[in-house]
Amino acid sequence: MKREKNFKITPYFYLVPSLLIFAVFLFYPFIKTVYLSLFMTNKMGQAKIFVGLQNYIDLLSSESFRNSLKVTLIFVVIVVFGGMLLGLIAAVLCNKAFPGIRGFSTAYALPMAIASSSAAMIFQIMLHPAVGIVNKLLGLDINWLNDPNTALYCVAILTAWLNSGINFLYFSAGLGNIDETIYERASVDGASSVQQFFSLTLPGLSPIMFYTVVVNIIQAFQSFGQIKILTEGGPNESTNVIVYSIYRDAFFNYRFGSASAQSVILFIIIMLVTLVMFRIEKKGVNY
Amino acid sequence: MSQLNSMAIPIEKKYSKSELLELKNKMNAKALAKRRSKTALRLTANIVFAILVLLPLLYAISIALMPSNELFTTDLNLFPKHPTLQNFKEAFTTVPLLRFILNSFIMAGCITIGQIISCSLAAFAFSFLEFKGKGILFAIVMATMMVPGEATIISNYLTVGSWGILDTYAVLIIPYLTSAMGIFLFRQFYITFPISLYESAKLDGCSNLKFIIKILIPLTKSAIGAMAVYTFINAWNMYMWPLLVTGSNNMRTVQIGISMLDSVDSQSITLMIAGVVMIIIPSISIFIIGQKQLIRGMFSGAVKG
Repeated sequence: MKREKNFKITPYFYLVPSLLIFAVFLFYPFIKTVYLSLFMTNKMGQAKIFVGLQNYIDLLSSESFRNSLKVTLIFVVIVVFGGMLLGLIAAVLCNKAFPGIRGFSTAYALPMAIASSSAAMIFQIMLHPAVGIVNKLLGLDINWLNDPNTALYCVAILTAWLNSGINFLYFSAGLGNIDETIYERASVDGASSVQQFFSLTLPGLSPIMFYTVVVNIIQAFQSFGQIKILTEGGPNESTNVIVYSIYRDAFFNYRFGSASAQSVILFIIIMLVTLVMFRIEKKGVNY
Repeated sequence: MSQLNSMAIPIEKKYSKSELLELKNKMNAKALAKRRSKTALRLTANIVFAILVLLPLLYAISIALMPSNELFTTDLNLFPKHPTLQNFKEAFTTVPLLRFILNSFIMAGCITIGQIISCSLAAFAFSFLEFKGKGILFAIVMATMMVPGEATIISNYLTVGSWGILDTYAVLIIPYLTSAMGIFLFRQFYITFPISLYESAKLDGCSNLKFIIKILIPLTKSAIGAMAVYTFINAWNMYMWPLLVTGSNNMRTVQIGISMLDSVDSQSITLMIAGVVMIIIPSISIFIIGQKQLIRGMFSGAVKG
């Protein structure tokens, strides 16, 4: 059956649909973004004046962009930590069979099916200063989303909640891979459940933990809808994460060059984080 | 624990057989009680945590059922006193919600079907065929997962703008017709099949396409199910791209359209939340129906700890 000598073109046919889409909507725009970041552009987004690295220099020396970096960092840390904590608690709670486990599992995974924009609108009402449930339950009178001190935490917690669903699935899968018998042996040896959690469960989760951290970080960097709806980067730029800043520069200020430069910086940050995580993994997460 | 104790007892040899039996029963009862109380504790913890996790959704449903005058009190109003479906009705008349839902279904449906086709074709080539540059091409496809959508979205917007297809279904669908994750997922499944399966099918005169349709697709239903659920939900929930490329009511998707209900004036809060509840229902339903498939498909190959 093998007709090896004639150059086989058929295999490539099967790749054409995917590669074509990637080429037009991923490779080309990516290169173009890098290209645009070196130019001043006109309102139509056409490159006009070559400025070299000036866009990058302007960005890195601008107060506003440095603020964006700081805000993004805080945001990502809260989202990754919070989202993973929620998922982990849920997964541990559902680790052993009990009546109703399937219903609870569905409940914990559910946030992954909810759109950031829908969730944002619900949170907007929950955090509403006059009628919102949060102020009513806590007996407070805080304008959560209009206060520069609280707004970032609100959008971060919302995002953590959204991401907790898929984290629950990852951690459940991870817990399922841990050999049950080590717990029995540990409890025979008199280890408390807290000790078991820290010296058996967490190390046992480390392979999936690594993967989950990477996915969470990448996702957190890309959060947009909830910020657009809840705060639009404000108040006082306190929630102006990089992605929102890109959006604002490109589609309100028509500064496509600067926006492209920010995109490239975002890409570099995400790539570095991913590479660093892979380095850490190679050094052995598996204790 | 109970086992241990009863095992230790015979050594002391102070108990008669009946006493021993009684002791054993007592221990068993104790263990059972302990197990029961543990289960009860677990159940309680779960109920508390589940309420916490679901709070935003439960609250949304409660608000959606409230007449708008009930919302504005200083009392704690967790549940509607006079539940009404009025908000849902009004949401449909205030904005063309049906049209938005239809648009989202068309968009998400086409993206899902398109991705399943393009990804299974590509995964087939990467798993069963030999060709020049296979390794490199696969690496390139995988590398695309690292590029954040925002790094390309501006150029993509300029591209589709120059094609003059803004505000059409095509512009919503075409950029998302393939995905590296899908190709990866399908390939993980395909490489578990022995190559002899493909070779013997070839010997029997089965063409490549026929092999994919008649053999691969039926064998990888769970992967396809997982992919379909995941892709549909993600497409349904897309925000930034539809926000940029659609402008008219005829093309808006639900996630963008629903923001039109979003003006925090007194009357419209309940209305807006009713709209939100309605557009969450499709994605949640699909998630609940496809949950088992999704989990099986996602974790059988892709992420092995």
